[in-house]
Amino acid sequence: MVCAMLLALIFLAAIFADYLAPADPYKTSMLLRLKPFGFRGHLLGTDELGRDLLSRLLYGGRLSLLMGVSPVIAALAVGATLGIVAGFVGGAVNTMIMRTVDVFYAFPSVLLAIAISGSLGAGIPNAILSLTIVFIPPIARVAESVTTGVRNLDYVGAARASGAGALSIMRIHVLRNVLGPIFVYATSLISVSIILASGLSFLGLGVEPPHAEWGLMLNTLRPAIYLNPAVAALPGAAILVTSICFNLLTDGLRQAMDVRA
Amino acid sequence: MNAAEPPVLQVSGLRKYFPVRGQAAWSRKLHVRAVDGVDLSIRRGETLGIVGESGCGKSTLARLLIRLIEPDAGDVEFDGRRLGIRGGISVREMRRAVQMVFQDSFASLNPRLTLEATIAYAPAVHGASPAEARRRAHSVLAQVGLAPEQFADRYPHELSGGQRQRVNIARALALQPQLMILDEAVSALDKSVEAQVLNLLLDLKDELGLTYLFISHDLNVVQYLSDRVAVMYLGRVVEIGTVDAVYDRSAHPYTRALLAAMPAMDPDARATEPPLQGDPPNPIDPPSGCRFRTRCVFAEPVCATVEPPLAAVHPTASTAPEAADHHAACLMNLPGSRHSRAPQGALELA
Repeated sequence: MVCAMLLALIFLAAIFADYLAPADPYKTSMLLRLKPFGFRGHLLGTDELGRDLLSRLLYGGRLSLLMGVSPVIAALAVGATLGIVAGFVGGAVNTMIMRTVDVFYAFPSVLLAIAISGSLGAGIPNAILSLTIVFIPPIARVAESVTTGVRNLDYVGAARASGAGALSIMRIHVLRNVLGPIFVYATSLISVSIILASGLSFLGLGVEPPHAEWGLMLNTLRPAIYLNPAVAALPGAAILVTSICFNLLTDGLRQAMDVRA
Repeated sequence: MNAAEPPVLQVSGLRKYFPVRGQAAWSRKLHVRAVDGVDLSIRRGETLGIVGESGCGKSTLARLLIRLIEPDAGDVEFDGRRLGIRGGISVREMRRAVQMVFQDSFASLNPRLTLEATIAYAPAVHGASPAEARRRAHSVLAQVGLAPEQFADRYPHELSGGQRQRVNIARALALQPQLMILDEAVSALDKSVEAQVLNLLLDLKDELGLTYLFISHDLNVVQYLSDRVAVMYLGRVVEIGTVDAVYDRSAHPYTRALLAAMPAMDPDARATEPPLQGDPPNPIDPPSGCRFRTRCVFAEPVCATVEPPLAAVHPTASTAPEAADHHAACLMNLPGSRHSRAPQGALELA
């Protein structure tokens, strides 16, 4: 509950950054580099180019959340479809889909994201695409195993025994029982996605300077960690809090979705 | 029960082999012979019990009959109409006339549907209007002893095991079937609840004129509920006959061993047959000839070479009227089989 409210707050802050930000996030000042908290109206200090850090964090939330949520939604659409079809149809179709998915699954996710982004080139759309490809296999795997489990339960057998068609069984008996766990799993991937997106930006494969994005900010502030560690750690803290919130939200969702609870 | 009337369900040569997974592509293909040539007929209005150890193919047989799995071979005839041929009965029609109650009362109910939705689903599939399906759901709930106004909107996890099994029975009844397959339907319930559900089944049968195929490993329950019994061993029917014939005058040594393993309340009535040793042989590679010979105390060399057919038990004076109805697959029951205990006589091999 608390984390859901905190997440809502983070989202709202990012959406209304235009109104909330005390300063222009791109206005540099050589005189005000790496100032500490509260320095002359800069509530959270300034970064290595003298830009207001609070404003940059607020604006950075936009890109970070976009790159955290959109790949997961896209991967959910593709991966869940593949997995549910594979699990429901079974047999050769299952083998074909799942073995293909396994090929992608075999690569470590970070490596795969870097490889795809690297070959496509830097930029936000490419980063989102590469993250989507990274997340399709795990979602398809979960969807397939949940669907296979449900398909073999007796109530699906009973539905077949009462003469129901495949589509009706899929809609009433399978989808209703598999979407919950798949959603829960996908939600847990959002925090991973934010971290991976930040990682891509950190490596220069995602968002490019001077855009504000938490991972990129973490990268550019890195040399300042000895001069002003508190300021340098802030984007990292933002990533941490957001991903923990998504993880806790996942736990909450899992409990809420459990019919026997 | 009129023997002259055509059987409601006639099964002949039913066979299902499951491929064994995980074998190398170049090796000989191995199969689990789950159901290996079963012949059965169920008469209208009777209860046919099927007993046997775990893994003898009882549940596979049930799933084959209702076409949840496709048989490799064999014919199924419902009400004289063959299944799956032009002019015969369609699988869909068959699934309306034959319904099944599963063992696991929890797994057989969709956790996300109310009882009303679960029961109304089947009639709706068969074209009933939502209101009509709902009315049907309420009336069958009442029939199984669950007040519709109290239970219609509940979910399966809110019920006890006995109540859930009543719901499963109600779901099966909702299509107004002629034949109900009860696959270990009461096995998971505790004894007092089991008795209640059994009595409910008996009442429903009288009330609705149902025919039951009752699958169980519980010999007492089968004896209580059934008119006739079929004993299965390794995918085959080894003995079939009326309850009295099979229980009191068992012709197959396996049946006798099963019955001997049944705990008796009266110490004097305890059977003296030796209990069975070991597990059933691997159904991937069943023994040659008689499948039971590896555990049979009467096994002789001839048993390894001749596969005993299901033949009428040699009639004696006292059992003559029922003899035609009592069959066993044992060489000791087959005149002229060269088994030392076979009946000596010039009877034809029927």
